[in-house]
Amino acid sequence: MTDLPTTTTRKLGLVIDLDTCVGCHACVISCKGWNTENYGAPLSDTDAYGADPSGTFLNRVHSYEVQPDTGGAAQLVHFPKSCLHCENAPCVTVCPTGASYKRVEDGIVLVNESDCIGCGLCAWACPYGAREMDAVEKVMKKCTLCVDRIYNENLSHEDREPACVRTCPAGARHFGDLADSSSKVSQLVAERGGIDLMPEQGTAPVNQYLPPRPRDQLDQIDVLAPYLEPVADAPRGFLGWLDRALDALPGGKE
Amino acid sequence: MHPAPSIILFTTLSGLGFGLLAFLGLGMPGSTGWVAFAFFAIGYALAGGGLIASTFHLGHPERALKAFTQWRSSWLSREAWTSTATLAIMGLYAIGRVFFDANWQPLGWLGAALAALTVYSTAMIYTSIKAVPRWHTPLTPLHFLTLAAAGGALLAGQVTIAAPLLAAAAAVQVLLWMQSDGALARSGTTLATATGLTGGTVRAFEPPHTGTNYLLREMVHVVGRKHSRRLRALALILGYGLPILLLLMPFTHWLGLLAVLTHILGILAARWLFFAEAEHVVGLYYGKR
Repeated sequence: MTDLPTTTTRKLGLVIDLDTCVGCHACVISCKGWNTENYGAPLSDTDAYGADPSGTFLNRVHSYEVQPDTGGAAQLVHFPKSCLHCENAPCVTVCPTGASYKRVEDGIVLVNESDCIGCGLCAWACPYGAREMDAVEKVMKKCTLCVDRIYNENLSHEDREPACVRTCPAGARHFGDLADSSSKVSQLVAERGGIDLMPEQGTAPVNQYLPPRPRDQLDQIDVLAPYLEPVADAPRGFLGWLDRALDALPGGKE
Repeated sequence: MHPAPSIILFTTLSGLGFGLLAFLGLGMPGSTGWVAFAFFAIGYALAGGGLIASTFHLGHPERALKAFTQWRSSWLSREAWTSTATLAIMGLYAIGRVFFDANWQPLGWLGAALAALTVYSTAMIYTSIKAVPRWHTPLTPLHFLTLAAAGGALLAGQVTIAAPLLAAAAAVQVLLWMQSDGALARSGTTLATATGLTGGTVRAFEPPHTGTNYLLREMVHVVGRKHSRRLRALALILGYGLPILLLLMPFTHWLGLLAVLTHILGILAARWLFFAEAEHVVGLYYGKR
């Protein structure tokens, strides 16, 4: 049934550090690779080498520019986005076939592809754009939190985490149980003030984002700097004559 | 949202068809024999045809029967149940009318109620999507219901009540447009809440990919919004104004047919806008709406 579970034993999810992410897209590639070669329908690309390439991805990295209110240089923030495995997942309840479901044991939101009729309503219901209909297989694809890795006893222990987390060279992605307040990810969220995306949508996302730290404000530390200020603000000599002469031409002085 | 022709046709025609079936169930008109057959045939062609058209946009129509399983949570599943129940009950009622010259009225009332419930379920599929603020209002089901009532009365030849119903439906349509134009801004969802970035003005700097993708094609359909004002005027004139005028003239079947045809054209234009103008909040992540 597509009714949501009232509680889940664990809340497995990701914590994404916007302060650390360098926007290299390695998580995008490893996600596409793992999820094309393993569980479920492969993530298709259409016209991959043509004029209008398009593909299915479960994880995409946006980049945003934040212009501070206080002035100063704009900050660039790389922003990976995948399914947030919401506690109040709107994509699950709209599914007419029961293909979409949220697992009671760990809270992962999954699609049973053999039950999916490809109506696309779940993708409409998701405010985050976390679900994409595969253009070739015509079934809904979404992040599985690498459910076929994290419980996979054929993999060595360090590989039993989502492909995006395993591959991130900057250590900007963390995986764990957010229901357990003593877990590493929960402590990270508490320490860094992790936030929900679009809290007003009422989805109660499990995945958390750690906001970028404010940039350092460097005070003037060079004691000689005041002596090196430019002293002349009006041109003199030849340049001054040239300036005045050009101003004297018709249309010169404004 | 992407205005898929199959969904526009489905919601327009089936709304009209279920409206007609509701009036037939209420015994308006209470005709029998061949005349009743013609009325029911039109009702079934529109309602059933619309349902078939709706399966065209499915990725896997062969699994469509599975859509009956999740009625406890999904309005789409509820719509599957209410629509087939309406068609089944109204079928029995039609047999009485067409072949036995009989009026099994309780069946008719049940069928009419189910038809109204079907239209309500269709509307609730859209209304329940909070990520599309334009649809997330009680005016959406009111719009679908008044429209189905007006169109149904028009098709059922209920000249005296069709005109006021059309006027009421037009009023709700205008209200819905007025309400929905600022819905995204009022929803409180912005690029800042979407990204959680604070302390400054957030701007989409770089999209995740150079090409387009499913999300942009499906949720950020901007092209169709271009002619919004003209299409709204067309929808009001063709869908509501002209049919009311034609109904006020002395009734002939040709004028009635013309009224129905302009009504359908106008509603198709309005339904196109219903989808094309609906902004999904995911567009914010792409700096679009």
